[in-house]
Parts: sequence; C-alpha cells; structure tokens
Amino acid sequence: MTNPIIEATNISRRFGSGAASVQALKDVTLSLFGGKLTVLIGPSGSGKTTLLSILGCMLAPTTGTVRIGGTSTTGARPEELANIRRQHIGFVFQSYHLFSTLTVAENVLLALDVRGERGPKATAKTEEILGSVGLTSKMKSFPRQLSGGEQQRVAIARAIVAEPSAILADEPTASLDSANGQATMAILSTIAKERGRAVLVVTHDPRLFEFADRVVHIEDGALIREEFTDTGPTERSFQRGRAVP
Amino acid sequence: MPLVITLASRNLFHDRLRFAASIIGIVLSVVLVMVQMGPYNGFGRMLTTMVDHASTDLWIMSSGSKFFEDLSLVDTDLRDRLLTIDGVDRVIPVVAGFSAWSLPDGAMIPVFVVASDFSDDGLLPWNVVEGNVQSLTTPGTVAIDRAYFDRLGVSGVGAATLMRGLPVTVGAVTDGIRSFATTPYVFTDVGAARSYVGLPAAFTSDFLVRLKPGASLELVRQKILSSASGIHALTPDEFREQSRSFWLFGTGAGAALLGGAVLAFIVGTTIVAQTLYSSTKEHLYEFATLRAIGASNGYIYRVITCQALISAVVGFALAALVGAAVVHFTSNSTLQVVITRYLMIELFILTVVMSIISAFAAIFRVLRVDPAVVLTR
Repeated sequence: MTNPIIEATNISRRFGSGAASVQALKDVTLSLFGGKLTVLIGPSGSGKTTLLSILGCMLAPTTGTVRIGGTSTTGARPEELANIRRQHIGFVFQSYHLFSTLTVAENVLLALDVRGERGPKATAKTEEILGSVGLTSKMKSFPRQLSGGEQQRVAIARAIVAEPSAILADEPTASLDSANGQATMAILSTIAKERGRAVLVVTHDPRLFEFADRVVHIEDGALIREEFTDTGPTERSFQRGRAVP
Repeated sequence: MPLVITLASRNLFHDRLRFAASIIGIVLSVVLVMVQMGPYNGFGRMLTTMVDHASTDLWIMSSGSKFFEDLSLVDTDLRDRLLTIDGVDRVIPVVAGFSAWSLPDGAMIPVFVVASDFSDDGLLPWNVVEGNVQSLTTPGTVAIDRAYFDRLGVSGVGAATLMRGLPVTVGAVTDGIRSFATTPYVFTDVGAARSYVGLPAAFTSDFLVRLKPGASLELVRQKILSSASGIHALTPDEFREQSRSFWLFGTGAGAALLGGAVLAFIVGTTIVAQTLYSSTKEHLYEFATLRAIGASNGYIYRVITCQALISAVVGFALAALVGAAVVHFTSNSTLQVVITRYLMIELFILTVVMSIISAFAAIFRVLRVDPAVVLTR
C-alpha cells in the first residue's frame, strides 16, 4: 500500500477546561490515501468538523499526531501550518466562501496567487481547471451571478488548481439540490480517481456513499465503523482508535 | 494588475459609502495639516523676507537683536572699524524702525521703514511693478506694496502724504512684500529714513557686510567679533534660522500651528483606522478563507496595506486639489498659505504613514481570525 497523504494517529481534542470542557474527538486514527474518495459521515455534533479542522491543519489536536505528506504538524506555528495547507491541501466549503468582489477566474487564480504562482502560466492553468468543471463561459462572472451548483464548482476549481495532494470538502452538497449535489460529488470522485488525490468528504447524507471508495462513520467524537466499497463491500469496526479486522 | 491590488481595491469600492467616509477622513486630515503648515510656511517666509532679499555675506547687529524688526541699535562708528578688517569689501548701513503714516482723514497708522544706501544695492525693494527704485534717491520719495494701498489710503505712484509729519511721495510700488506683523513696509533712502524713524546719526540698525572674493567668512567673522563687543555677525542662513526660531518656537506661534497639525493627523488616522477596520470586519470571512487556503501573514498584510495605500493616494489627490484652491484664494491675502513642493512631498509621506498606521488595527483583527471559522459557517 502507498504511504498515506494525511495520517492522523490517536488524536483527541478537548475544548474548554474544567467541568465545562467538551471532548470533541476521542483517540481517532485515520489515514487518507491518494486516489481514494473517503466519506466521513456522522450526526451533528459528532466531531466531523473538528476532525476536518485538525486534518486540514487549522486546529491542533490536544493529543496525538498528524502527518501531512510525511511531515508532522506537532508544534508547528500558525505560519508553518499555513505553509502546509498551501503545499498539500485544497478546501471545499459548504458555503463556498468565494470572494464576492472577484470574478470566477480571479477566485480560482487567488489560490495560485497565495502560492506565488502568477502570470500567463497561472492564467492558463486557471482557464484549464475552469474548463474541466464546465465553467469556461462563466469566467468573467461574479459569484452572485452564478447558481449554487456553479459556485460550488468554482470552489472545487479553486481547491484543485494548485494541485494539492489532498482535498478536504466540508458538506459540499449541503447547500445544493440533488442534481447539483450529484454533479459535485462526481467531480470530486473524478479528482480522486484521475488526478490521484486523497479526497475527504464530510457529510451527513448517506446518498453520497455511491461515490465513496470508503465510508468512515463518526459518533460522539470517535470513529465507530469503516466500510470499503472500492474492493467490494467490506467492513471494519474501530476500538479505541484502532481498526479491528 | 496584481491580484492583491485587485482584491484590495474591490474590497474598498465594494462599499462606496464607507470608502467615501474614509476618503473624507483623509482629505479632512490632510487639508487640516495643510492649512496649519501652509500658514506656518507662509509665516516663516514672511518673518525672514528682508533677510531673504538682502544682498550680503554677513549681517552685523546688536547681540540683543533676534530678528530684523527687533529694534536694537549699533554704533554708526562701527562701520569704519569694519572697513579696516582684511577681507571686508563693503559695509552697508541699514536703518529700520517704526514711523507714523498720515491717512487722508488725518489719522496716523504705524509703518515700518526700511532703508539702505541705494548706491550699494544692499536692501532695496524688489518686485517693483510701478515706478522705479532709482526714484527713491530723490528726497522724500518712498516705495510701498500695493497690498497696503487701502491701509495707507493711497492708490499708486504719485500719491503724497506725511510720514512723522514730513512730506513723502510714493515713487515706486511693489508686489508681494508683506509684513508678518501686518505693519506695512515703507522703503526709502537711508538718510531720509533717520528722520522718519527718529534715529540719530550716531546709531544704525544693522550693517550688511560683503566680503572680498576669496576671503574666509569664518576668519572675517572672528575679526569682526573681536573688533567690537555686543554685536552678532550672522550669515543670512543663520539670521533666518534665528528669526524663525524666535517667532515660531520662542513665542509659541509656531508651536500652536504645529500642535494643530498633530491634532489633524491624529483625527485623520482615527477616521481612516475606523473605516478600514469596519471594512475589514465586513470581509472577515473572506480573510479567514484566505488564511484557510494557505495565504501567509505577509499576503494578508499586503491586501490590507494595499487598501490603506489606495485610500491614501485617492485621499491625497483630492486634498491636493483643495490645497491648490486654498493657495490660490490666499495668494493676495496678508497671510499667504504657502505650500511648497517639499511640503507636498512631506504631506504625501504623512498621508501614507497615516494610512499604514490606520491599517494596524485591521491587520491585528485579521491575524486573530481562526481560519477554522470558515468550516462552521
């Protein structure tokens, strides 16, 4: 098996202190591999977003380690974490978080600009990516002129344009109707398969399972079950953070 | 155009009302600083107008004299001693003092008489727009500035009146020779001036000393100072500086103008900081997104600083137009607002500094944003 792109080992996260503290994650171990689309599913408050924040280097675990592309994030300063995000991770958000004052092309170009990629090469790359998500004709439009599905496709284009090794998508279909949700998942699945990226989709919608190579269930801050669909249906249970065959 | 500038400018122009408020803040501040510093410059220029236009290497005056109009006296005999000093070419006496100018209705107002020997070309009226300087060699002939026509009750060359009871005729009219004390200057011949100001022949207000070519100024100055006690020998630059220091800082007049300028700067900075901060707060989730997608702190500094600089440039451009109008409308007033090229450069730097200081609060706010907020909204 290839090395994982993101590898979280025995991570826990507690918010607050004393009696009012909340244990959001408990001893979670999870690895994401290139070429696979993993769906993380769980009810509200189960710790999905906390886990995504930690895997995306936006939040530090209270205990445990996270390695991104083989590099440990333990003790990294915010600027170093930003650098890891720049190099390895693309994000797709539920609310798209596009820049309302920038055009579609500029929104995508921004992901290259923060990485220092500018000029004709960056423009060509942007045009190619927008073409691949079917938005060539909307490049000069502003986000407010697009439908929800189109906006999410722009967000996906922004996430993949810099060719990160992992794409983390937070409820990418939650604000979309069924058809647009399916189309968005199809694009994410293609990115995993054809571009060899590790894609993690956080959701509470079981209808997305059909696009997943692997489904991980989370409840009360702990991973409780894992299903693999790419090599035929198999199932593993988790016990204290470790997969049980 | 770099994307950072595009993002910064669109963020600013997105809310036109707030951008207008920010620009008004900058314009207000810069114009306030300008109208404090403009008169400060104009005042400073007026203070030394005689020093600026005298043709001399050294001014010799009583050591108690702080500025040209400060009426301390030196012995007229000093001239002969100065002429014996090696390196001294000419010693030109200057007589200055207050006199009384009679108005057509018989009332008298104070005027400041300035006189030097016309043959030596020491301190003659300049910018003569009517009549000629040579006419002042005719006894009882004076030159006045046309800015004071109304005050002096005359209308130009040929007008006749009395000064300290002695008849005078206007033989030349100048343009732009104004007194900081608003007392009109009256130029005349040095001999006649003694009568107008009541100065005995034994005393002279100042001497202008011109050196021979190649003479060492410092050496001559030392010899002059050792030849007499109770005098100062200052170069024009030194006399100018002494006059300005006395009036601008010794009297507090300059401190008041500078204090006003500092207050204007603080007001402007506060207004711009407030508008920039609120604009940044409105776009906080966009900045959080920038951080989430890996933008470095430096990238975020650049976006906010760019916003501040765009505001600075637009605000300064408008303020400069207002300043040009102020300069135009005060050009014929008794206290001009003088805006030099250097003042403009200083004001531009000040505007940029003000805007960058204003950006600090916004930058601190953005750097405190947790990028993870984009996952919870």
